[in-house]
Amino acid sequence: MNGVTVSAKVNGDAVQYVCPADESLLDVLRNRLNLTGVKEGCGTGDCGACSITLDGRLVCACLVLGAEAEGREIGTVEGLSEGGKLHPLQEEFIEKAALQCGICTPGFLVAAKSLLERNPNPTEEEIRYALAGNLCRCTGYDKIVRAVQSAAKIMRRGKKAAR
Amino acid sequence: MRFESPTTTKAAATLLASESGVAHVLAGGTDLLVRMKMGSIEPDLVVDIKRIESLRTLKVAAAGVQIGAAVPAVRLGESDKLRSLWPGVVEAANLIGSDQIQGRCTVVGNLCNASPAADSVPALIAAGAKALVVGPKGKRRVAVEKVVLGPGRTSLARDEFIEAVVLPARTGKSADAYLRFTPRTEMDIAVVSAAINLTLSRGIVQSAKVVLGAVAPTAVIVPAAAKALIGTKLDDAALDKMVAACRAACNPIDDKRGTIAYRTKVAGVMARRAALIAYERAGGSK
Ligand SMILES: Cc1cc2nc3c(=O)[nH]c(=O)nc-3n(C[C@H](O)[C@H](O)[C@H](O)COP(=O)(O)OP(=O)(O)OC[C@H]3O[C@@H](n4cnc5c(N)ncnc54)[C@H](O)[C@@H]3O)c2cc1C
Ligand code: FES
Ligand code: FES
Repeated sequence: MNGVTVSAKVNGDAVQYVCPADESLLDVLRNRLNLTGVKEGCGTGDCGACSITLDGRLVCACLVLGAEAEGREIGTVEGLSEGGKLHPLQEEFIEKAALQCGICTPGFLVAAKSLLERNPNPTEEEIRYALAGNLCRCTGYDKIVRAVQSAAKIMRRGKKAAR
Repeated sequence: MRFESPTTTKAAATLLASESGVAHVLAGGTDLLVRMKMGSIEPDLVVDIKRIESLRTLKVAAAGVQIGAAVPAVRLGESDKLRSLWPGVVEAANLIGSDQIQGRCTVVGNLCNASPAADSVPALIAAGAKALVVGPKGKRRVAVEKVVLGPGRTSLARDEFIEAVVLPARTGKSADAYLRFTPRTEMDIAVVSAAINLTLSRGIVQSAKVVLGAVAPTAVIVPAAAKALIGTKLDDAALDKMVAACRAACNPIDDKRGTIAYRTKVAGVMARRAALIAYERAGGSK
């Protein structure tokens, strides 16, 4: 294999892998690093099931080459929970039944977390725009929007309490 | 396929020049990786330009703006100063794809991909943007409208690439606007688009540039439409004249997303609305 050796960080942990130069970061994460939370819906940037963060920016892992990640910080859905405790977004997705088959869920969670970091109190319209790059064939989106609103509220309250 | 990530423009130019097979520059990859995945291109060499520091810089001043070829579109919207100087360029760049795409895609990639429907291209042309081209023989500066020759075709030599696009100094009361028509509000390709850049003096248009997207193989500059606006306060007669000039300049395709008649009609509607937005942003009132 004409491979590229890459050192990066995933969810805070140092990782090293060797991959072909044309392999996507999506395939690296799933097949080499066993992080199967990141999903492939389309492989062409349309569905958002492969959403991750790269140096803090929300991107589609299917549109990044594994070789590009040298020295970068990658964040996946596996990094959302802390010490076995689910993230408020995860809790609210369950609470509000914002998933059915679940294939879109990791992407929605990562994208929603990225939104709430930039904008802790988004309007419904802002949520719908921010999640326009994530497709769901099951829920009809409404419960997803409600779950994000409710998680945002909980997170704002948490921040206030911590102050 | 070989993957290289040089840290200087010189090293990138050398890599491209010495490759005998198919070489591609990789900026955000939102077009390139899709085409690789589809199998429509099989590069022998991919040169990632995102590790070249100078290409990652965004310089914003009233005296001029430089947008590096590795600056993702999301960063344009994060600059309040750029949004106030060139609101049309920023709204066009920020219409590309989703938040996920925004984190990666570049305006230079949008230009070099040479799609007739590329959102940032009409706005860049209306702004009078120039591309800074680097090659083995040195650098040259070329107007953005000279870069795209037709769908998927550019005037760049195979060993050349674009380092940045620059926008001219902003003088007087000026503003731009970009509007596109799509069946969905997000994540869709323009059926028709219009970019307008105006400079006013005492509410009267002194200079104007009108550019249409997705109505011909390349973005179309419509001098007759600009002329219709100059010397006016965008009264209805001036706008009607501009709309007629825009419609006369259309040479669109006919497909399921829009017939020729529909695209031609909507081009005028988009141009009228964009002109009014640019006028208001420039401080004009009717
Ligand atoms: C889901 C999705 C939605 C999209 N929506 C839109 C949309 O709404 N509007 C729109 O206009 N586009 C859209 N696009 C297309 C694409 O995102 C844009 O064209 C984007 O701006 C390309 O930029 P990039 O940096 O990702 O380019 P890349 O993919 O990195 O490059 C594109 C092409 O240009 C060449 N290139 C890149 N940089 C340079 C350079 N500096 N010098 C010379 N050649 C270069 C590459 O070799 C390649 O051939 C969408 C794409 C996807 C996947
Ligand atoms: S798999 Fe990446 S966007 Fe669909
Ligand atoms: S829950 Fe099935 S696609 Fe969203």
